[in-house]
Amino acid sequence: MSTIERHEYDVIVIGAGGAGLRAAVEAREANLRVAIICKSLFGKAHTVMAEGGAAASMGNVNEKDNWQVHFRDTMRGGKFLNNYRMAELHAKESPDRIWELETWGALFDRTKEGKISQRNFGGHEYPRLAHVGDRTGLELIRTMQQKIVALQQEDGKKTGSMEANIKVFAELTVTEILKEKGQISGVYGYWRESGAEVLFEAPTVIIATGGVGKTFKITSNSWEGTGDGHALALKAGANLVDMEFLQFHPTGMVWPPSVRGILVTESVRGEGGVLTNTLGERFMFKYIPDVFVDKYADNEAEADRWYLDQDNNRRPPELLPRDEVARAINSEVKAGRGTEHGGVFLDVSKRLSAEVIKKRLPSMWHQFYELAGVDITKEPMEVGPTCHYVMGGVEVVPDTAAAVGVPGLFAAGEVAGGMHGSNRLGGNSLSDLLVFGRRAGIGASEYAKKATRIPVSEESIKAAAARIEAPFSREGGENSYSLHAELQEITHFLVGIVRTGAELKEAIEKIAEIRKRSANVSVSGGRHFNPGFHLAFDLDNMLLVAESTAKSAILREESRGGHTRDDFPGMNDKWRQINHISSFDGEKVSIKAQPLPAIPKELFDLFDVHELEKYMTAEEIAKGGSN
Amino acid sequence: MARNINMRIWRGNVTDGGLENVVVEANEGEVVLDVIHRVQATQMGDLAVRWNCKAGKCGSCSMEINGKPRLACMTQLSSFKEDETITVTPLRAFPVIKDLVTDVSFNYRKAMEVPAYAHPVNLAPGEARMEQVDVERSQEFRKCIECFLCQDTCHVIRDHEENKKSFAGPRFFIRIAELDMHPLDTLRNRKKTAQEEHGLGMCNITKCCTEVCPEHIRITDNAIIPMKERVVDVKYDPLRWLGSKISKREGIV
Repeated sequence: MSTIERHEYDVIVIGAGGAGLRAAVEAREANLRVAIICKSLFGKAHTVMAEGGAAASMGNVNEKDNWQVHFRDTMRGGKFLNNYRMAELHAKESPDRIWELETWGALFDRTKEGKISQRNFGGHEYPRLAHVGDRTGLELIRTMQQKIVALQQEDGKKTGSMEANIKVFAELTVTEILKEKGQISGVYGYWRESGAEVLFEAPTVIIATGGVGKTFKITSNSWEGTGDGHALALKAGANLVDMEFLQFHPTGMVWPPSVRGILVTESVRGEGGVLTNTLGERFMFKYIPDVFVDKYADNEAEADRWYLDQDNNRRPPELLPRDEVARAINSEVKAGRGTEHGGVFLDVSKRLSAEVIKKRLPSMWHQFYELAGVDITKEPMEVGPTCHYVMGGVEVVPDTAAAVGVPGLFAAGEVAGGMHGSNRLGGNSLSDLLVFGRRAGIGASEYAKKATRIPVSEESIKAAAARIEAPFSREGGENSYSLHAELQEITHFLVGIVRTGAELKEAIEKIAEIRKRSANVSVSGGRHFNPGFHLAFDLDNMLLVAESTAKSAILREESRGGHTRDDFPGMNDKWRQINHISSFDGEKVSIKAQPLPAIPKELFDLFDVHELEKYMTAEEIAKGGSN
Repeated sequence: MARNINMRIWRGNVTDGGLENVVVEANEGEVVLDVIHRVQATQMGDLAVRWNCKAGKCGSCSMEINGKPRLACMTQLSSFKEDETITVTPLRAFPVIKDLVTDVSFNYRKAMEVPAYAHPVNLAPGEARMEQVDVERSQEFRKCIECFLCQDTCHVIRDHEENKKSFAGPRFFIRIAELDMHPLDTLRNRKKTAQEEHGLGMCNITKCCTEVCPEHIRITDNAIIPMKERVVDVKYDPLRWLGSKISKREGIV
């Protein structure tokens, strides 16, 4: 038997962002023993970067809001490619998840009546985002981090050991999800600090690893967003769904170069910020798509009135869903009406006083003042699209978050696919990770209680260990930093915000080429906290994700949400009925088309049939839902 | 606009280490973390540094820059003189793991010692009503990004390993203050335990923590001093002291 460090748990959660922590709380509340594994320190996950808020139809600001309205907005935002059941569960359960956080100590901003305040956001019909200034993600992660500590304190009182039932393994990277006889048996990884290898045995694994942004050159994501969970799931035999859909957030910083891509919250537009080009033109009025003409103002006067009277005016087009705004900015810049740094202007200084800006958008003020030397209370910001979020992800059973095809594997949060369709609405991510983090925790707990444990075999351990050692045994091979930079160039230019068939074909070939070269990566230095070594594994994951994205994108011959094809502009009803399923055979990623689950009658009936006609075929409309 | 800058980077581990000189290219608008990354990608592939968000929101890239506790992602190169050598060293208050990375587990242990938030038993989810002005006091402390720069600079533990056992540090004084001022928290005695178990009394309010806080939280003025005042009030007011003994309730509210 090998002498590596070993642990045994009921549930292993990979990732300590919002989804992972929420799942861990649930599994521990089901009286199971839980390990939380994260690449960074506890509390540093990308959830801290979420700014605007968490969408939940509590109706605190406009009492007309309810789950049905939220469901409709989510489906519209996703251009009806969403898994309807996930969108339904999300809309129904979000309010309870927010209120629950309050019982764990969260302190959201308040309305005059003392309830949780809610703000406007792109694509949401009513003010819906629970928020704390513009640092809502930090509040969520800290609240759950502290809830984990609260549970550990309970366990400490009962058992004498605070880590008896829930333990955080920080700065540990998982390199493999292990299976025996077709079902989950554990995970294998290494401590980032020492490079020492660790085996975790457990019948269930919840993947909550977040996104893939680091595959791209300009991104709002931190170094952690390397698609680890996507790749681990693929390698474990699970599927990814609709990986062609990437969200380019319309407003990232563009200048100076060192901050390029850093997020500028949508709250700036929610609070009244307007977008203008270098001609001083408020250009969004030109980019209202047909499907949204009755919801968005086509003139400045009405758009401005909306901030005072939302019942009798249409919304300003700056608050269109993110895909629309990102494409509009891209077009303006391409047409030569962008700034010298390739952005447009976003200005909130003309609508709000300096005092209000600093109160409602404190971290934006801070970020621009300290990193760009711009005072947003006096001058406009320069912004442009940045790779922000992946709608695609692990194919799951909506109610349990179980990964399709791999017994014992679950996925929640950004790494899971389906919920957001082709485009996610701002604010729906924080609520997504609460709703489906909890559901994954329940799903995994129920599974773990019934599962028979299969010990990890020596062969599996040897194979996993050999893979970790490999980059050290090669000499004079490729440098992982340079390969990563090459990959980012390819994805940026060939698989970016606007795509063509010819470019995607080139991308697929080039990605394959880098994959080949990456098999020969060698690492300088030892195992002790060595970022070059860490990147070698991250790179492998990013390459699989990029391949899956490019191969899905070349097949989808239409433009929808976070997938824009210059050679196939416009949506196509036929393509709305299709999900792209990625699978991996150990050598390459293959894509197959799979029919989208049909929306049932009770949800179909929530829409005006004339609206559905814009998305669905005549046959679908005639059927009026699946039952 | 690229230019070369001189840096001295501390490299080593828990047993051994020292400053190494490097010359690295720097561009307009860059921060210290950018040039550290460039050194990593081009000269020292195994240089250890923690970072995540690169936007001052996660508190990972804490280090000492020319001797001052700073976030590397928020320290502009333009804040140094053109020919100034930039020296980066790991946080001094914590044991080195490797290069610029230190073992900050002290902070996570202390976090586990602060009694958690206690929600009112009869207050159902969704029923809470609080005034904005009341939540703002705690919200200031909840801005904390746990960069631990305040812990690093605090002289009670910076060069006094022996004090760590009985001193939680400024990060956890604001955590206790946050819970103490939380409009709904039902746990009593928070100020008293801050004094008796977490070493509040050892702080002699030099405000170094407030000075280094990247979130500009007024740690000393808004958290530490108010807690100290209330603790002192009760301890030295004989009537309240007597009251607290007779009624078996804590006099500190």
